Amino acid sequence: MLRFVLRRVASGVVLVAVLSTVTFFLLYFSSGNIARRILGQQATEATVQQKQHELGLDRPLPAQFGDWLSHALRGDLGDSWFTGQKVVEAITSRLSVTLTLVIGATLITAVVGVVLGIIAATRGGAVDRGVQVLSVLGFAIPGFLVALGLVSLFAINTHVFKPTGYVAFGDSPTEWLSSITLPVVALAIASIAGVAAQIRGSVIDALRQDYVRTLRSRGLSETRVVYKHVLRNAAGPALSVLAVQFVGLLGGAVIVEQIFAIPGLGQVILGATSQGDVPLVMGLVIATAVIVVVLNLAVDLLQGWLNPKVRVGS
Amino acid sequence: MTTTLSSDSVPTVATLERAAHASLFRRLLRNPTGIGSLGFLVVVVLAGAFAPLLAPHDPNKASANDILAKPGGTYLLGADGSGHDILSRLLFAIRPTIEGAALAVAVAAAIGITAGLVSGYYGKWFAGAASWVASLLMALPGIVVLLAARAVIGPSLFGTMFVFGILLSPAFYRVVHAAVAAVRQELYVDAARVAGLSDARIISRHILTVVRAPAIILAAGVAGIAIAIQAGLDFLGLGDVSRPSWGGMLTDAFTNIYTAPLQLWWPSLAIGLTCMALALLANSLRDELERSEKPKRRRRRRPAAPAAPAPAGSAAVQHEPVVPGDQPAAEPGDELLQTRALAVGYDQPDGSVTMVVHDVSLTVRRGEVHGLIGESGSGKTQTAFAIMRLLPAGGRIVAGNINVEGDDLATLSEKAMTRLRGAKIAYIPQEPMSNLDPAFTIGSQLTEPMRIVLGLSKAQAKQRALELLERVGIPDPQRTYDAYPHQVSGGMAQRVLIAGAVSCKPDLLIADEPTTALDVTVQAEVLDLLRDLQAEFGMGLLLVTHNFGVVADLCDRVSVMSAGRIVETGPVRSLFADPRHPYTKSLFAAILEDAEPRGPLVTTEAGR
Amino acid sequence: MTDRLLDIDNVEVEYPARGFRGTPFKALKGVTLDILPGETVGLVGESGSGKTTLGRAVLGLAPVTGGAIRYKGRDISHLSRAERRTLSSDIQVVFQDPYTSLNPALTIEAILTEPLTVRKVSRADASRRVRELLDQVHLPADAGDRLPREFSGGQRQRIAIARALALDPQLIVCDEPVSALDLSTQARVLALFKEIQERTGVAYLFVSHDLAVVRHLSHRVAVMYRGEIVEWGDGDQVTARPEHPYTQRLLLAAPVPDPVAQEQRRAERRRLLENQREQDAQAGAIA
Repeated sequence: MLRFVLRRVASGVVLVAVLSTVTFFLLYFSSGNIARRILGQQATEATVQQKQHELGLDRPLPAQFGDWLSHALRGDLGDSWFTGQKVVEAITSRLSVTLTLVIGATLITAVVGVVLGIIAATRGGAVDRGVQVLSVLGFAIPGFLVALGLVSLFAINTHVFKPTGYVAFGDSPTEWLSSITLPVVALAIASIAGVAAQIRGSVIDALRQDYVRTLRSRGLSETRVVYKHVLRNAAGPALSVLAVQFVGLLGGAVIVEQIFAIPGLGQVILGATSQGDVPLVMGLVIATAVIVVVLNLAVDLLQGWLNPKVRVGS
Repeated sequence: MTTTLSSDSVPTVATLERAAHASLFRRLLRNPTGIGSLGFLVVVVLAGAFAPLLAPHDPNKASANDILAKPGGTYLLGADGSGHDILSRLLFAIRPTIEGAALAVAVAAAIGITAGLVSGYYGKWFAGAASWVASLLMALPGIVVLLAARAVIGPSLFGTMFVFGILLSPAFYRVVHAAVAAVRQELYVDAARVAGLSDARIISRHILTVVRAPAIILAAGVAGIAIAIQAGLDFLGLGDVSRPSWGGMLTDAFTNIYTAPLQLWWPSLAIGLTCMALALLANSLRDELERSEKPKRRRRRRPAAPAAPAPAGSAAVQHEPVVPGDQPAAEPGDELLQTRALAVGYDQPDGSVTMVVHDVSLTVRRGEVHGLIGESGSGKTQTAFAIMRLLPAGGRIVAGNINVEGDDLATLSEKAMTRLRGAKIAYIPQEPMSNLDPAFTIGSQLTEPMRIVLGLSKAQAKQRALELLERVGIPDPQRTYDAYPHQVSGGMAQRVLIAGAVSCKPDLLIADEPTTALDVTVQAEVLDLLRDLQAEFGMGLLLVTHNFGVVADLCDRVSVMSAGRIVETGPVRSLFADPRHPYTKSLFAAILEDAEPRGPLVTTEAGR
Repeated sequence: MTDRLLDIDNVEVEYPARGFRGTPFKALKGVTLDILPGETVGLVGESGSGKTTLGRAVLGLAPVTGGAIRYKGRDISHLSRAERRTLSSDIQVVFQDPYTSLNPALTIEAILTEPLTVRKVSRADASRRVRELLDQVHLPADAGDRLPREFSGGQRQRIAIARALALDPQLIVCDEPVSALDLSTQARVLALFKEIQERTGVAYLFVSHDLAVVRHLSHRVAVMYRGEIVEWGDGDQVTARPEHPYTQRLLLAAPVPDPVAQEQRRAERRRLLENQREQDAQAGAIA
């Protein structure tokens, strides 16, 4: 098990390293004349040169990367070229908002999706058909369409929820809830469909296994067999699906934040990438990569623990 | 919003092989959802191709007077915030959308399929490296990467879709790799290698055909996702703003949501319906793939053409009880199990019932071992399942009774049946490894039923489990108790299953070919074990098998089954000494035990 | 002395270790055996004995890491793919599982002409050969247009045999070809094997776990246990009066379909195991 953990951690570190290197070099090649873009067309050549020197852009590329890297390893991701704000600060101030949305959506997805999937697999009938239909629709229709629909329906026409804007939990819990409900639901709806379908599939597969019949033959009731044994075996695939959904939701959050005017990382990402603000983009890439790596590591560890072949070895 | 794909649901190899032959496309045309979605997509593509002819207005012509005009008049769907005709813009947006999606799919397929073919067929280091890269790509949130890529490439639709194609290639890779690796292991590929076919020939002949269908299905699904992502990027204003796009129209409608809420519908419908059509198309293709031929459950041995089935109505050949000298040592007790005219069938989708057991009547007495012998397809295993009321999905008892000490199991409630299982009737399965839950220790699987059925405490159950493990001949009971199923051998697993079956002191044991999956030497030991246990606990044993030697070794009485009926029954000694039914006789004739040896090789000059 | 057709000389097959620190697995530990032209050599063993590995090594499907396999004097242990291809008209195979050894997506005709395509035979000749082969294995001539799933297990094995015969081989490796078949079908397929050998003079390396099956068909028999040959000799002697303790256990462990005889065999087996245990104990005490 220890070797398993170490291998996964190493894999994660490599991922972050590779990503940052590739991103850095790609960004460099596209920056064009950054200094000019920052200072505007009016600036004189001399000021531009000075800015370039200030930002270290006239140094050889590997040196620039080395510079960035040495700072990054110490926790300093530099300053935004356009706003001058410290990158770390720019990211962390918005991170919690986005994470609230994504984690909230994942939790809802997990609970509703798993329950629907199990019911569909064990009871069949109408719920089963419903889940199958929903899974196709939910899978197909882009989440942001759902978000738009929700906004127009709930916020504009009926004023039930706050249509836009975000209120921090500290300021007013009820307002906070009102402001995040629609975005979280919008994000969740699309992924619930996918998760329910997957869970349904793996529970059906598990039910077909020989050992289910043997356990029944010993006098165990259907309920016990499903909820203790089948679920345990289907938990692994379910976790994988949820992890994948979480990653997808990170992306989805970017658009949803735009629709609901929520001050999360989405805005930062959009701004940074369209302007070519290299330190900020690097910081965002690192942040995203770290989140994904940590999540996958947690899921992998959990899966490894769940799977006796990994936990105990052979 | 998810850009995820359920690429984990790869159809089984058998399904793919069946479908490779049949024409998927032709069958799709019979599927209403399939043809509906395909039709819709064709209409959309044509509309996009003929947009210049169909559109009533120039999509870029902005008429300041007609800003936010209501639908009707010359603006069929209304005009947007800048005075453009919505319908025209919808039509002209089709082409770049489709082209972008096509590009993404083409790139993803080209990379993914090639990589999947190579790694699936050749394996080794390439597969490891490719898998690692695939996980890397799949781990990244699509939108974030695309945005970062956009910072590098600029607002080019094709550039973005190209990068997106790369991001999506792992989906193709996974599916193709899994299919190819599975087929690669099939014996017919080995046979082709022995026949001397080159790799290229093998791939084109055996492997590509299997890859075709899942790749097409995936392509449809991926296209839908590409369109959705494209719309998303356009919505954010990151697409090419000089050309009409559905996402861009959404932005426009959204900014005017208070003044002209209706306008949100048109681009939403365009995007939603197209994505849905693609998803439904992929789904119907997958449904047709799985339904390729009516898949019968593949049992280990397929039924041979049934040899001399009993003519309907004829009673089984009965052997008279034998002369005292041949009586088995212990007096058989009273009747434990008695089936009368038992019939079992499976419900078919078209409403009919396929019968697998027709009219089985047999009796097992307390302390007696009754063998149920037959070839594959004879219905012997189905009879065993029916007695336990554990038939697979779709199966049910169509007629007859199963009497066990007063209760008719055929009509008992499920709750009452659950109480009987384990406590009164127990089951020993055929395949040891697949009949143990891989997620729990052997010890917990032994103690759980005992605690429920016998009401033992945790400590008592553990004690009893260890005793049982020792009784069935496991050398280190504690170690096996703590172990997981994957850590023990087949022979040990079968002993564990036997221990589990007798753990709650049942009166009747039903053993379904308990030694077929074991080596001959292990089989002999397990048969000894069964004999000892049966004698010690005085259980009745119904032993299903296809091996006459096993019957001769263990059974007191035997019934011969063929095509769902019992053709001959009686005490083992008299039936073996004098088989009367033609089918039984043919079975005995096929036995090789007394065959003459070949003798040493005679080399003649004429021989090769 | 007749020239041997196949000479297996102290062959070892070792699979490399999985991952970092595992130990490599030795499937065959120095196996020596030979087959004369037109002979059937039976190879008996339980799971893990290496019998299937040996068959696959002869076919070039398992890596030979020690010793040599010689066919008509030529060393075939380490042939390249191209060189192996030239052997395909000499050495062929019939596998155990009739359900996965034929591609379910191809017609019988396509399956049977597959080996012929390597030899660039004309279509007319190929069709004619297919009809000949179907006749040899007693299948109807119209079978060519049908798919494998329309045939029973026994019939599919016949098709597999026909495929093996397509190129007129001199040696066929039969890897448990009747183990997955019903009793009555087994007898018929074995009779077919015998008939073909008598007619064409082809040799068989017949792998099986069943002593009775092997006895019926083989001139000489080898018994394998954990990667080694423990007994090797005349078929009748090895399968009826074995000398090695393992073969003796193997023989007595298989139940005979006669209740009276089986009771005797059970007693014999018990005595044998007792004796062997005593002998082992004594050997242990002395050593």
